[in-house]
Amino acid sequence: MNQTKSIMIVGVGGQGTLLASRILGHAIIRQGFDVKVSEVHGMSQRGGSVVTYVRFGDRVDSPTVDLGQADVILSFEQLEAARYLPYLKKGGKLITNTQQIDPMPVITGAAVYPENLIEKMKDCGADVLALDALSLAEAAGSAKAINVVLIGVLSNFMDFDKDVWNASINECVPKKFLEVNQKAFDLGASYERG
Amino acid sequence: MKQLMLGNEAVARGLFEAGCGVVSSYPGTPSTEITEEAAKYDEIYCEWAPNEKVAMEVAIGASIGGKRSFCAMKHVGLNVAADPLFTASYTGVNAGFVIAVADDPGMHSSQNEQDSRHYAIASKVPMLEPSDSAECKAFAKRAYELSEQFDTPVILRLSTRIAHSQSLVETEPRTELPLKPYEKNPQKYVMMPGMAKKKHPVVEQRIKDLTEYAETCDLNVEIMGDTKIGIITNGPSFQYAREAMGDSASYLKLGMVHPLPVEKIRNFARKVETLYIIEELDDVIERHVKALGIPVHGKDTFPLIGEISQNMVREKLAGEVPDTTALSDDIPVRPPVMCAGCPHRGLFYTLSKNKVMVSGDIGCYTLGALAPLAAMDTTVCMGASISGLHGFNKARGEESESRSVAVIGDSTFMHSGMTGLANVAYNASNSTVIILDNSITGMTGHQQNPTTGYNIKGDPAAKISLEKVCEAMGIRRVQVVDPYDLKTCDRVLKEELAAKEPSVIISRRPCALLKYVKHNPPFTVVSDKCRGCKSCMKIGCPAISMKNGKAVVDQTLCVGCGLCSSLCAFDAFDKGGDKA
Repeated sequence: MNQTKSIMIVGVGGQGTLLASRILGHAIIRQGFDVKVSEVHGMSQRGGSVVTYVRFGDRVDSPTVDLGQADVILSFEQLEAARYLPYLKKGGKLITNTQQIDPMPVITGAAVYPENLIEKMKDCGADVLALDALSLAEAAGSAKAINVVLIGVLSNFMDFDKDVWNASINECVPKKFLEVNQKAFDLGASYERG
Repeated sequence: MKQLMLGNEAVARGLFEAGCGVVSSYPGTPSTEITEEAAKYDEIYCEWAPNEKVAMEVAIGASIGGKRSFCAMKHVGLNVAADPLFTASYTGVNAGFVIAVADDPGMHSSQNEQDSRHYAIASKVPMLEPSDSAECKAFAKRAYELSEQFDTPVILRLSTRIAHSQSLVETEPRTELPLKPYEKNPQKYVMMPGMAKKKHPVVEQRIKDLTEYAETCDLNVEIMGDTKIGIITNGPSFQYAREAMGDSASYLKLGMVHPLPVEKIRNFARKVETLYIIEELDDVIERHVKALGIPVHGKDTFPLIGEISQNMVREKLAGEVPDTTALSDDIPVRPPVMCAGCPHRGLFYTLSKNKVMVSGDIGCYTLGALAPLAAMDTTVCMGASISGLHGFNKARGEESESRSVAVIGDSTFMHSGMTGLANVAYNASNSTVIILDNSITGMTGHQQNPTTGYNIKGDPAAKISLEKVCEAMGIRRVQVVDPYDLKTCDRVLKEELAAKEPSVIISRRPCALLKYVKHNPPFTVVSDKCRGCKSCMKIGCPAISMKNGKAVVDQTLCVGCGLCSSLCAFDAFDKGGDKA
């Protein structure tokens, strides 16, 4: 009925999810689709759990992705991947950075960071691609380029032209970081498909 | 080419294209970006006002002065600006005057969930509500036309999902408008009883005229599909409903949410078998429809609380529940925290250690209420910290005065803390007020304010001295501390709590996220020295965690503030960059 594609970008405030969604949004426009990108600003950006919804198709209605609707979840952190797993559509793809960042309840000892999350998500039947995006970003020249590494990985699961991605990165990334980010994208894009 | 624009950015574009000339606002999530984006257009004079009431009065003045004007605020900001709103409804406008108010269903970043449509009803002004960014721009422009055609302020209502969603917008050029002539007209602009009595019937007639307009205007549109289910809806709810039901329902989408049409609703109701109202927060449309004697489902099916979603509509109207996967593990919550190096941390640690009652306020520092600092007892609204503490102390007496403080940020103090401090001085309570001066409006994402010395464009501006304001109000005890200096913070707090007169402590250090703030190299833990006593964990720094019984500092997060080091009895923290 509804041909809208839904992508969620999830992570921890400060990890650079906003740049990832900006690049993705620009790529979608270049590809000629209707698009909506939704995020919540304010409180949630102070190291809290952050989520961006990106939706595209011939006509997009709701700006948000609901439970069981995401074709792809692109996660910057393991716990956040697990948190948003219920949003993944049956047969959807979960791409996650293997990085772990302790939330405050874990830091204070009030809660425990669950173990073997990636295995458990796979056991649930989720199609999970887990990778150490931080190492790839560092190999590209900056730990901050995790976002573009992950966009590179995501590009393998979308039928967009390589030119479209390059042009969007050019448009969204400041000139002085362009080289690092292009390298980061290429490292992500050439990462073995899981 | 169409551009991807945030709803707020699209409102700003609408202001620009409509020839708006003056914008005055106070920041508030989710409305802030409207004014930030408007400030990028050189054709529009933009400013941050100290609060929403001032902002609205500036905009009213600019409208009377002959330029299309605007102010933006979050829903609770409209409470502050309610006073001018109700009487501006009587005076009407000269050039068009538009108010944007952004509601926050789901309370993503707010202290309550009020529905601003009640203000449009109570103040008898029209209210438009867009459903995407293209409508944000179009409705902002239409609001100016309505304002001038019907001689009224017009409210543009947004909600978080519209304000903070990006969708495609076609831009058009600006229509430059000449300054309208100003003519002295006390009958219109001086609202004292004699004049206001003549204006009230005008306001009542205006609402009747606007209802006529609502019957025929293209802001309220029918989208017909299957007629078994008919849905009357507005704002983001329209998007959720349409996604869930597609052509299997018919819609009456209300872009003008006050006043509501009568015949248009009757006509639509006649065409469908079962009628639903899908609206977030209160049952405003539902009450109107029920008053017309039309049977309808609304809040018997959809909640009064929080946001609506496409799944919710699908479940309620089509009985479909999504197939989802979840882990059986408890996933720990990840609440927002004070950033590493946040200057508020040291001060809140001091309050926590001294076990004082803390009358809190609205800002980043409200996070001081969360564990492990847990140093806040109350938070009500902007400015309530100081006045609330005064009342608390008047109720509980002298003993309370030596064990309680108010905390308020620099921007919030300017917004509505000063009047509370005047009350403390005037009505003499020995209250201790702490102004957390981080030299910026923090939580909304770094806006300038009257204490920072810069204006909205980043140009130098008059800088109000907090010390001098306090002294001028008759506060004789004013001390300034650096919140990174825990010893001094502790000493000064104890002194001022003991003092038998009102006092102000200014805790001064710029927000660690400000670009000009230089960070020190990150600290590291000398594993041999760390005894695992967890003293450093009491400050709730996101950069410190315990691994195998020892503290570890995250090198990417630490900004070298040294607070952890000053709490460590074993000298286990090694200052970065010190190593020879």
